[in-house]
Amino acid sequence: MTAAGRAWRLPAEVDTDQLAPGATMKHGLEVTARHCLEALRPEFAREVQRGDFIVAGADFGIGSSREQAASVLVHVGVQAVIAPSFAGLYFRNAFNVGLLLLTCPEAALIADGELIAVDARGARVLRSDGRVLACEPIPGFLLDLVDAGGLLPQLKRRLKPPKETP
Amino acid sequence: MAPTTLAQKLIARAAGRSQVMPGEVLTCRVDLAMFHDSSGPRRLQPMLAELGATIWDKDKVVLVIDHYVPEADEESRRVVRIARDWAAEQRLPHVYDSMGICHVVLPQQGHLRPGLFCVGGDSHSPTGGAFGAYMFGIGATEMLGVVVTGEIWLRVPDTIFMNWSGALTDGVSAKDMMLAMLGRHGMNGGRYQAVEFCGDAVAALPMAERMTLCNMSAELGAQVGLVAPDGTTRDWLARHGAPGVETEPWHSDAGAPGTRHHFDAATLAPQVALPHSPAQVCGVDALEPTRVDIAYIGACTGAKLDDLRAAARVLVGRRIASHVQLLVAPASVRDAAEAESEGVMRQLLDAGATLLPSACGACAGYGSRIPEGSTVISSTARNFKGRMGAATARVYLGSPYTVAASALRGVIGDAREFLA
Repeated sequence: MTAAGRAWRLPAEVDTDQLAPGATMKHGLEVTARHCLEALRPEFAREVQRGDFIVAGADFGIGSSREQAASVLVHVGVQAVIAPSFAGLYFRNAFNVGLLLLTCPEAALIADGELIAVDARGARVLRSDGRVLACEPIPGFLLDLVDAGGLLPQLKRRLKPPKETP
Repeated sequence: MAPTTLAQKLIARAAGRSQVMPGEVLTCRVDLAMFHDSSGPRRLQPMLAELGATIWDKDKVVLVIDHYVPEADEESRRVVRIARDWAAEQRLPHVYDSMGICHVVLPQQGHLRPGLFCVGGDSHSPTGGAFGAYMFGIGATEMLGVVVTGEIWLRVPDTIFMNWSGALTDGVSAKDMMLAMLGRHGMNGGRYQAVEFCGDAVAALPMAERMTLCNMSAELGAQVGLVAPDGTTRDWLARHGAPGVETEPWHSDAGAPGTRHHFDAATLAPQVALPHSPAQVCGVDALEPTRVDIAYIGACTGAKLDDLRAAARVLVGRRIASHVQLLVAPASVRDAAEAESEGVMRQLLDAGATLLPSACGACAGYGSRIPEGSTVISSTARNFKGRMGAATARVYLGSPYTVAASALRGVIGDAREFLA
């Protein structure tokens, strides 16, 4: 179970170019983060806080393979993205960079600014009034990926296992 | 054995299995990993260093430098320098620097053939499906996993068959077919499954047009877009460094499982996507009069030799409207050279076109960009708000025929009356 965080509501079909604008891509994640979602919510980059959630409409993450569209959300501290559906390529990228996604058919019930929490292994979202929204179960190997912080730290552990203390 | 899809057969081979079922999650051996200057070295090099790992098989890696060339500023120069230095240091055997866009250069250099299982560090990687290869796009971190292990996990997809019967009429192209499919099924209609394009109209398409279909499978939200390879594939590959390929096993069996959608090529009119979604589509004749400032023929989607030829057929002997800028960025140096030797390039330039380098250009707004406030008709794949580097630009998508006709008229319009 995560800590409670504030929900940022976004529409359907949020694309990768809105999350990580192309013109910022050569400057690195720090600059991309300052322009993340500026076309939809100009205040997002300024006001997002560590532990917040994104709650979006269908087909979140359509477009490019640029994984900065997922890692930028990890960078600014978003705990998870909750939406009725995700673009497949974005789905893979998110787990690979340690971003949790929850496929939640009833995501639209969550209000902008509402305090929510998620239970990834239980595949559910907990709303501020105590109601629970069911999500599609996430395969264990993907949850392990998020727990490890993404594929890079997971590979590091696999290739360079920490020495056991005697 | 039960009838199976082309996608199942390709995955079974890569997984070392006799057969696989949709929904299974399994691990595949990768035959080829392609990446470019933006998704590749600048991201992979520091992660490989952090892991102390090396590339699993350099002969299976292809690097194409296409996004930030020619270098427009210091940041672009830095990205490209990292790619070149890393390629030299690693002694990568397959590097194509400033020779064109990765999805077009890869098959033109003989790297693709039916039956291969490939990944690309770019969303338009499904282009490889035009050659009967299972090829899909992944992000840089997942590419790191491939480059270190030579493997990748996969959920065996369902297949969505897009069956096109009949024959396209003159001036209507694969781009119009794709926009029509996007209009009907939307940007995630492919549900990250395999889309297979089939039927008489698809079988009649030349390779470049099949590439356009498979390329924009990305816009359909499919993992891969496939066309069963045939004699057209064999002949094309034989001319591009991959002679004697086997096509026979690589097709979906009659009665293979999947969803089937039907389209009629004979009645299809040119299609246009409106700002700011490739799925917001209407027939070109139903569009309100739309004056354009820029007509853009570019990208892996819409500037291959066949695309340049299509534009030239419309433009030959005519001049573009005085207020329009017609920009042409051929998809590869090879396409540009062939267009030159055929006289196609002369026809484009005589009509008033400005020739740009063979690179990704303004398509994704990485290197160059279009001006703020402009209205654009473009042969590229995506028209998201701000995609081409200008937040206030309005980008319409159409075929190279439509882009050329719109440049002549000064408003977006139908090319067919110029083709008589």
